[in-house]
Amino acid sequence: MQKNDRDAETTNKTRETAAALQKEVPAQPAQMISGRECGNGMMGKQYKLIRCTINGKAVEHMVDVRASLTDMLRNDYRLTSVKKGCEVGECGACNVLIDGECFNSCIYLAVWADGKNIRTMEGLLGPNGELSDIQQAFIDETAVQCGFCTPGFIMTAVEILESGREYTRDELRKLLSGHLCRCTGYENILNAVEKTMKKRLNK
Amino acid sequence: MYDFKALYEARSVAHAAELLTEHPQAVILAGGSDVLIKMREGKLAGVELVSIYGLDELRGVSMEEDGTLRIGSLTSFSHITKDPLIQKYINVLGEAVDMVGGPQIRNIGTIGGNTCNGVTSADSASTLFAWDAKIEITGLEGVRVIPIQDFYIKAGKVDIRAGELQTAILIPRESYEGYKGNYIKYAMRNAMDIATTGCSVNVKLSENKSTIIDARIAYGVAGPIPMRVPTAEAAVKNQPVSKETVKLFADAVLADINPRTSWRATKEFRQHIAVVLADRAMTEAIRLSGGEL
Repeated sequence: MQKNDRDAETTNKTRETAAALQKEVPAQPAQMISGRECGNGMMGKQYKLIRCTINGKAVEHMVDVRASLTDMLRNDYRLTSVKKGCEVGECGACNVLIDGECFNSCIYLAVWADGKNIRTMEGLLGPNGELSDIQQAFIDETAVQCGFCTPGFIMTAVEILESGREYTRDELRKLLSGHLCRCTGYENILNAVEKTMKKRLNK
Repeated sequence: MYDFKALYEARSVAHAAELLTEHPQAVILAGGSDVLIKMREGKLAGVELVSIYGLDELRGVSMEEDGTLRIGSLTSFSHITKDPLIQKYINVLGEAVDMVGGPQIRNIGTIGGNTCNGVTSADSASTLFAWDAKIEITGLEGVRVIPIQDFYIKAGKVDIRAGELQTAILIPRESYEGYKGNYIKYAMRNAMDIATTGCSVNVKLSENKSTIIDARIAYGVAGPIPMRVPTAEAAVKNQPVSKETVKLFADAVLADINPRTSWRATKEFRQHIAVVLADRAMTEAIRLSGGEL
């Protein structure tokens, strides 16, 4: 509950910031607003108004065109399950679902999110903060140690599970290969995903 | 925050060509899995970007009236692998691009970007070379189509002139009809790795499966850009399907390839695996074509 309140507060704050920005710079959705000096020398700031869905909620947001989707989700929406790891698309800690496919949000421009449906691990929680089956499986299988890689792995697992297909263990290894985990040695993660897959398919 | 000076988002191919003409210094941004990473490394600081990522008209695989397979330049690797036309006519390309990076990279990385960066290790490039792919380039003056061998000029440099962008990769019917192929990527790991050397082979066998009518082979990382190996191809044309022919084919690759020593592997090692990969990929291509060794 406490978490939800905090989220609501953040969202309000974000709306205010966005509203303030909108007032300053008239919104021109398809057109870039350029050349505004931001006081740090050479760099002119550009903003773009984007509309997207984040964890089921339609949002409108004025975003700095230089921001990655990780920047936007963490800083503007406080969705801190999206981790900043390597920031070059190698470790998978920032992985989110965009229109049902997994993307490393660190190498995805925030402006590209316009018109997209974005899901992060926060969106898996039930109305009272209940864990989803895949999150519970990670706990049950001790697939979590430090937890930094976990949200990324879980979102890839969501894509795997929602395909409704049954994969072999080798196929699962390949599907999960875009994530680095320095604690668990991967076996428990693989077990958690495999177990949940079989459970959902009643096998 | 990425360190760039300006971002221009193209709304259509024509608009992209206009933006690229207006901003000749700008770098084209497709999926970003090369450009944005270079930027993180501090290269390209202060660059102008023309983003074409939003151009859905450049996504997808289709077949033209004359049977040419048309792959939109922004089609992601994962969509190529899953595409029914690719699976039916040139499955090896789907398999090859399924070895790029990891799953998330294959969702963002595009085949256009993979060829336009001019890198020899690109997993799609050797297969496209081996299947005589053509590159469609669009600019304000119109469209030109050139063979992929002419598209690559030197390492990191392809034939895209000011105001132009790559819009499709075309595989003519005569290039794929009757052929089956295999791609082998030799790398240190099974994921998130760059090919030490990659080899793509395809063959067309006679109807009774006893003779090789045509064989094509191309390498990544056997030279500064992806390359075909004409000596080996000529050596097995109209030869019987046999283990001896496969050996003749594999040994002949050394006449043309020119790998270098890098931190990834020595020249001698690359030459060694080039021969082994040619043998294995040819053996598999013959098997896929219904031939027996």
